[in-house]
Amino acid sequence: MRILHWVLPFFAFLFAPLIPGIINRVKAIFAGKRGPTILQPYYDIWRLLHKGFTYSSTTSLLFRIAPSVVLACMALVVAFLPWGRIASPVHFAGDVFLVAYVLGLARFFTVISAMDTGSSFEGMGASREVQFAALSEPSLFIGLLVLAEFSGKISLSAMISGMSSDVWQSSGVGLIIVAGSWFMLLLTENSRMPVDDPNTHLELTMIHEVMVLDNSGPDFGFILYASALKLWIFSALIVSLMFPVNSFPLWAQPLLFLSGIVLIAIAIGIVESVMGRLKLLQIPKVLIGSAVLSLFALIFRVLG
Amino acid sequence: MSTLTLRNGQKASFSQVPEYPFAEFADLFKSFITQGFSVSSYFGVPSGDGLMLLAVLTNRNQGNLALFRTRIEKTFPSLTPEIPQVHWFEREIAEQYGVVPERHPWLKPIRFHKSYNGSLDAWNRADEAIEPCVTDYFRVQGPEVHQVAVGPVHAGIIEPGHFRFQCHGEKVFHLEIELGYQHRGIERAILRAPLGKAIHLIQTLAGDTTIGHTTAWARNLESLSDTVIPARAHAIRGIALELERIANHTGDLGALAGDVGFLPTASYCGRLRGDYLNMTGSVCGNRFGRNLVRPGGVTQDIAAELAADLNKRASTTWKLTENAVDLLWSTSSVLGRFRGTGAVSSEDAVRAGLVGVAARACGLNIDVRSDLPWGIYQTHAVPSVILFSGDVHARAVIRYLESRHSVQFLKEELKMLPDTPTFQSTGALEGDSIVVSLVEGWRGEICHVALTGADGNLSHYKITDPSFHNWFGLALALRDQQISDFPLCNKSFNLSYCGHDL
Repeated sequence: MRILHWVLPFFAFLFAPLIPGIINRVKAIFAGKRGPTILQPYYDIWRLLHKGFTYSSTTSLLFRIAPSVVLACMALVVAFLPWGRIASPVHFAGDVFLVAYVLGLARFFTVISAMDTGSSFEGMGASREVQFAALSEPSLFIGLLVLAEFSGKISLSAMISGMSSDVWQSSGVGLIIVAGSWFMLLLTENSRMPVDDPNTHLELTMIHEVMVLDNSGPDFGFILYASALKLWIFSALIVSLMFPVNSFPLWAQPLLFLSGIVLIAIAIGIVESVMGRLKLLQIPKVLIGSAVLSLFALIFRVLG
Repeated sequence: MSTLTLRNGQKASFSQVPEYPFAEFADLFKSFITQGFSVSSYFGVPSGDGLMLLAVLTNRNQGNLALFRTRIEKTFPSLTPEIPQVHWFEREIAEQYGVVPERHPWLKPIRFHKSYNGSLDAWNRADEAIEPCVTDYFRVQGPEVHQVAVGPVHAGIIEPGHFRFQCHGEKVFHLEIELGYQHRGIERAILRAPLGKAIHLIQTLAGDTTIGHTTAWARNLESLSDTVIPARAHAIRGIALELERIANHTGDLGALAGDVGFLPTASYCGRLRGDYLNMTGSVCGNRFGRNLVRPGGVTQDIAAELAADLNKRASTTWKLTENAVDLLWSTSSVLGRFRGTGAVSSEDAVRAGLVGVAARACGLNIDVRSDLPWGIYQTHAVPSVILFSGDVHARAVIRYLESRHSVQFLKEELKMLPDTPTFQSTGALEGDSIVVSLVEGWRGEICHVALTGADGNLSHYKITDPSFHNWFGLALALRDQQISDFPLCNKSFNLSYCGHDL
């Protein structure tokens, strides 16, 4: 039985790069193009891992270790993700806070390594990243609070194992609201539209992409892989919330879980295809709006 | 005090251009500007020991040009404090001939080349190497103010230019644009080239405005050699010019959509631009219209079958363009980005001397096709589109509606091509003459001024691309905007670097 705990992390490490692959494919289809294969991110990461490093002379050790730290953080968070009734390989009461702050640590290293380059673009990207992170964090925590309310536990595995079709029947509205607010969080945290445009080449408008402009070779490969894992982490949280997989037989659960992830990737692709990017000034309003949404979910739960 | 009054493309003997002492020249200049004339060109011509300054002002109310000149030595009082739209012209004169416009508020080189007269330039440099854009920059100082330097190497495939932002957080206080990386010395190379070969230089002035510039060049040479070109040639030039306009406007609308990350319009317009370029390609064998317009007419005829085919293609491609572009006006996230971004007031637009799409977006009713019509536009008017908000949205909508009028024009012209030859060979140029030819290219007013010497050869050739007028408009548009909106504003102007740098 012990081996089952490792299924989800194993899936994550194996399949995470499929998510950006699927998103890009959906966008290509909407644009009337054939688009790259959904395996393209794997090729990209493989290619980058075989390249050399280039470091600017203005950077320090911090810049060199940051990509590895970011990847390690994401890998660690993946180890805390449960699926259905099967707990994560590592879990303990209060691990949600560790998860949130390990994600924060990854952000800290991305930002500090961007600042390390001394480039004015990367400084701007870092400032935007931190500003939006501060505004999107409440959505995550209030959403977690709602789940804690349902399950009476503060471990991610325990919270998720409590999700079942019964909970959905009793308090579906609150869960939908949390899921909506977390989807917005996913788009923000993973620098997707309408908050950031991952495809743009315009350095003045970028948020996340501009912070990694100076990274090259395997470092950049690490960053790409880490972003794929981050997409997986947030998608997995939403899938756990939206699909009460534990009401299904064990053999069907991984399949359901993976289809959920694919659906989320397609949804991201559709969002990116049908809307333009928001004005930078309006993004905080959207983020605060999504935090307020999850607050409503909490109020429903407490009062209901 | 009088001036020489010319129609668009009319030649005159150079001696007819009245010359005034500088003080009177300046008064005349100022009085015309207060009457609403705009500066189409203002440049120096070496003459004897000194320098002759020639002003070409456009009177849009009466549809003609006013020319007058003065003579200066090493320095002259700058007109920029009273007439802001000449600031770039005065910097150009100073850089080219080593003269100093005194009291010019911000006298810097614009193309970073050595002075033409080989001696000290306006900044007292003689033999030092001149690096592009190594110069003084406006600095805003104080806590939390930071500087962002962008370019000359940009992400994406665009021409080189340097942009210096003075920012407070995300807000731009001031943008300073420095160009010159593309300076090739075309104006002087034209004079060295055999007359028949110079067209190849004109075609590369700004590759996306080939028809616009070659038309202006051809009209100047035809006027100087008293050639009357056949009506069919006028019509084909008009068709090619409007195709160039539609192709570029469509491409720009796609690029604007791309800059706000709106995929459907971005990808479809990119393809549709190609379809319009292919139509030009069907006419002359080159998608950018090279080798079509020649002094004397056009090199390629549009046969009846081709005309019918082009007509059909124009209809179907325009229908697709409408479908793709209409998505922009119905998507709230796109409108939210376009509206109110990069607005330029109409007062600023007049003072900065903006032309073309950028000017019409600020409510300025200026369009050479209707103000000083030439060729086919004398008999077949194309309506101009005027909007008042001066923002990215206005510039985008104008591109769309103008293209619609151009398609209409194109289809009507293709149906009624005059039954004449398409070429009339030109003779020798008349000596000691001057001619000014204005053409409304897709960006705006293109001005070519040709002067001939006593021997009947070109003695001076002055080109003013619309970008030369409009780059400062972009700097104005960025005031108090978010720095993240710069790419969008830049695209909404879509100015030429090489057309400016010559």
